[in-house]
Amino acid sequence: MSEETPAFRVVGDVSALPDYAFGPRSILWWGNSAFMMIEGTAFVLAAAAYLYIRGKGGHWPPPGVRPPDLLWGGLFTAGLLLSELPNRWLQAKTRQFDLASVRFGVLVMTLAGLALAGVRAVELSHINVRWGVDAYASCIWLLMVLHTTHVVTDLGDTAVLCLWMFTHQPGPSQFSDVNDNCSYWTFVVVTWIPIGFLIYLGPRLL
Amino acid sequence: MSPAQSALFPAAEQAATQFDVLTLMLWICGVMYLVVLLFVALAIWRGARARAAADSPVTEAADPTLSRALAIWSCVVVLGLTALVVGSFFADRSLAAARDRETLVIRATGQQWWWRFAYRTPGGAWVETANELHLPAGRTARVEVGSTDVIHSFWAPPLAGKMDVIPGHANVLDLTPQRIGWYRGTCGEFCGLQHAHMAFDVRVESPADFDRWLAAQATPAAPQSGDPSVARGQVVVTQGQCAECHTIRGTAAAGKAGPDLTHIGSRRSIAAGTLPMSRGGLEGWIEQPAALKPGTNMPAVSLSPSDADAASAYLLSLK
Amino acid sequence: MTAETDLRARGLADRRRRLLAAWADAPGLWGFLTTVDHKRLAARYIVTTMAMLFAAGMLGVDMRLQLAAPDMHRMGPQGYDESFSLHGSTMLFLVSVPVMEAMAMWLVPLMLGQRNMAFPRLNAFSYWMYLEGVLMLWIPHALGFTPDLGWFEYPPLSGPAYAPGHRADVWAQMITFTEVAALCVSVNVVVTIFTMRPPGMTLGRMPLFLWGMLVASFMTVFGLPAVMVVTSMLIADREVATHFFSPSGGGDVLLFQHLYWFFGHPEVYIIFVPGVAFVSSIVETFSRRVVFGYVPMVVAVLAIGVLAFGLWVHHMFAVGLPKMGADFYTAASMAIALPIGVQIFCWIATMFRGRLQLKTPMLWVIGFIVTFVIGGMTGVMTASAPLDLQLTDTYFVVAHLHYVLVGGAIFPLLGAFTYWYPKATGRMMSEVWGRISWALVVVGFNLTFFPMHLLGLMGMPRRIYTYPAEMGWGPLNLLSTVSALITVVGAGIFVLNALLSYWRGRLAGANPWGGSTLEWATPSPPPPYNFDYIPTVDSVAPLWTRDELHALEGLSLDSREVLVTTLVDAKPDNRQKSPKPSLWPLLTALAVGVMFVGSIFSPWPIVWGSVPVAATIVGWFWPTRPRAQRGPLRART
Repeated sequence: MSEETPAFRVVGDVSALPDYAFGPRSILWWGNSAFMMIEGTAFVLAAAAYLYIRGKGGHWPPPGVRPPDLLWGGLFTAGLLLSELPNRWLQAKTRQFDLASVRFGVLVMTLAGLALAGVRAVELSHINVRWGVDAYASCIWLLMVLHTTHVVTDLGDTAVLCLWMFTHQPGPSQFSDVNDNCSYWTFVVVTWIPIGFLIYLGPRLL
Repeated sequence: MSPAQSALFPAAEQAATQFDVLTLMLWICGVMYLVVLLFVALAIWRGARARAAADSPVTEAADPTLSRALAIWSCVVVLGLTALVVGSFFADRSLAAARDRETLVIRATGQQWWWRFAYRTPGGAWVETANELHLPAGRTARVEVGSTDVIHSFWAPPLAGKMDVIPGHANVLDLTPQRIGWYRGTCGEFCGLQHAHMAFDVRVESPADFDRWLAAQATPAAPQSGDPSVARGQVVVTQGQCAECHTIRGTAAAGKAGPDLTHIGSRRSIAAGTLPMSRGGLEGWIEQPAALKPGTNMPAVSLSPSDADAASAYLLSLK
Repeated sequence: MTAETDLRARGLADRRRRLLAAWADAPGLWGFLTTVDHKRLAARYIVTTMAMLFAAGMLGVDMRLQLAAPDMHRMGPQGYDESFSLHGSTMLFLVSVPVMEAMAMWLVPLMLGQRNMAFPRLNAFSYWMYLEGVLMLWIPHALGFTPDLGWFEYPPLSGPAYAPGHRADVWAQMITFTEVAALCVSVNVVVTIFTMRPPGMTLGRMPLFLWGMLVASFMTVFGLPAVMVVTSMLIADREVATHFFSPSGGGDVLLFQHLYWFFGHPEVYIIFVPGVAFVSSIVETFSRRVVFGYVPMVVAVLAIGVLAFGLWVHHMFAVGLPKMGADFYTAASMAIALPIGVQIFCWIATMFRGRLQLKTPMLWVIGFIVTFVIGGMTGVMTASAPLDLQLTDTYFVVAHLHYVLVGGAIFPLLGAFTYWYPKATGRMMSEVWGRISWALVVVGFNLTFFPMHLLGLMGMPRRIYTYPAEMGWGPLNLLSTVSALITVVGAGIFVLNALLSYWRGRLAGANPWGGSTLEWATPSPPPPYNFDYIPTVDSVAPLWTRDELHALEGLSLDSREVLVTTLVDAKPDNRQKSPKPSLWPLLTALAVGVMFVGSIFSPWPIVWGSVPVAATIVGWFWPTRPRAQRGPLRART
């Protein structure tokens, strides 16, 4: 039982430590990862709902409904996978604090995101069924809406970062921010693989 | 205490099996709980005595004696749980085993807020009744539950545990009653405003009595009363608003939305256990259903007092 | 006093002055709205949850009065349905989960010797979102469209055909608010524990409290998305005519139950595991012994965290599952009794081998063990698939869930409240009144809820607004109602004790109970910057193993900076800026609130509402740096 706080004996100094960090040494990286975990769980559950409804039997898709068109979905998938190349390159440049390359990289990623969002918009009109028709349609649209939200969110994030990077003098933390944004885009790309499979190949194969 | 709706007074094989699991659980858990209480009491006694001896905190967490005790305790817990899992497993087997002995098929349909029961007669026809289930003692009935609206749950505790009544799902429950008597069941899943008044009576009777009852249910309506108002009542009921929703076999009343009233006078209660069967009860229910069961789908029928009285006399006469 | 100590004292005073300047909030309303101080936000959270606990508790009493005797008509079915829906939804979503999150928010940085959490602004956002969730449920209640289908709203009853109007939407969006709030705190707790432990606090030296909070936060991260997904699907079914849960459209009503309980079962442990964390702290301090069995305790809490996700089906035994599946879930559900049994053993063993002091917080722990173990045992009973068919949706389950949630979480919470009250306020709560309130609440609670086990076995279903006299349930219900009133008196004394002690309690000093963890190494109440120096630790009970704490210096004194350490070994790694107070979290919460509330009436607010949300988020994260001097968009000077 003590009235006073215990005495502190100073045994070291941390002022020499760096005041920024990349990857798992940075707080924001963990926050970013945690939110990806939350969103990833939501994706998994939405996919589980799809498979549960599918597992009830019956036709998939229901009679008279064509599966989503492969052309636009294939184009989106190809574009998304390709966008991962400049994304990787950009992520590597952030660690080198290469401002010119990073500015160029975020610009490229913003344009790539815009182009992909455009393809996605067309894609949505080639799903060939409205969400209110039956449970099959609802499941397809659920996955589509979830993923599209992520594409748009990260596009917005990239665009804002792009604007900022071109108008300000970034410090190390801002390079770290761009780095985290690259990780998030990778998340958007990776999650599309199973989700795209369920949307486009599920009705054809499952 | 009334045993009519109690799981503690099983009257069927299924409820008896479940009661046995409960007994096993109570014994094992009860003993474990007493052991925990004993430990707590000991710890308070010991710990408080040690306090007198010294006050400096103990910073060494390890303690070989306690580690051994923990190992023993874990084994005891595992043993107890194993016994319970095995007990549950065998109880489940025995509940499933009744499937091979089914001799009677009943359809129970849950609706907001009453039960439609349909029996298959030996001739293969379906006979409909409502809110009162009759079962032959010693035989296994297959109850096929279904819902036309929301989720309900078919639950007659003295007979068996619940079976949810789920739209889009075909669920089946076996009942093998053993003791003759009156019991009561109810809806076991919240289903809206009048979940509290969605009960049904259960009559377990001898197979001979049951066969007689079923044969009587299959016959068309035949008023059994010398009361002169019955004839007037029949006109009111079968040619008025009542007939839009209710069926009285043998008359013009052929509505399907509400309970079949062909033999309503033989039943024990009105409006899914809301009121005991009586002429006054019927009259009150016809005139003011929403006052007795707020939210009910039964509309108030505007009848003159004498017509309402005649209608209830007629209904009561439908034995 | 030697010249050297004098110099040190002056150095310390100067250090404190500078830290205060860097970490103190602005005065007045502006400071209130912009603060990112984890202690202020958590205190605000706790006070709000307590108000909700009171309101929902009163609803409980109201229902008890209705059920005190058969055939009562003081409430109609609509009033009763609204009462239990509001009671359950408030208790689960607006009291139990957020109060545990708030305790973590308050304590985790202090127990880590840190100045704030990893994401201070996220904490602020979380509180405002939570507050909007409170308003989302209770303003509609005031306006007369209270949700009325319980705390889990099964379709089709909650679907468009049977629940017209907006009651069900209000319920679903209230959940979205509170889940966003809870997820924010959970992410914060996980990241804070992972990256901001004091030097020397390896994973193996983390207090059990932090392990509990870590596991509960992880469970939140994996469990809560399920309820957000399922309520979104429900709203979609109701609003844009999707068919997830409509049998006629190929959907399945049971899908709702699977997803809901995939969240709903872990939810119980998200509430219970922090309770376990409190108990470990209290038992250690009042037994004056390090808790026996550190490794088994950690393994047990991890096991609970994992197993809790494999049990959801035991809420659905009556839906007509294949028997083999049911048996699997029976075994899995019962298996969770083992780690809980191990924990109970370790606490009792610690008391047994320690030097026990029966102060009020410790009494709550004893109340917890005696009560919660009954809840655990009835949990084992409901886990048995064949027996559960008789128990589910009856008063047996009402008794069980209150034994688990009140006995298992609220009793430890009240103990924790009493235990850390002096740290938060600088004053002690009264021991005498504390004991009286403890006795009344524990005895009153048990007399209220124990009879319900019997009522359930006697056939009384839950959620009925009245019952006929011939069922014979009257006497036990009356006992339950009278006892509920006793509990309320005890709870009232607890609240008065807390209120009056705030002004009149005995001054506490830094470490009134002789605790072993770092939060006791700073004054009560802690200053805005929490600690003068960054403490380092070399044991699980640093204040018991050293009289003089080792510490590091070198973090900025004039700006907000925190130390980041490595994940496993907690070695100092880098320094990072900690955000300053900001209005943006509040503005973002308002923008999100407009979007969510609007979405009750039409899907379009989700589209246009995302614009202000995006704008406020940009404002929140916009880095303040000088304008570019080179490049195409350079600043023109």
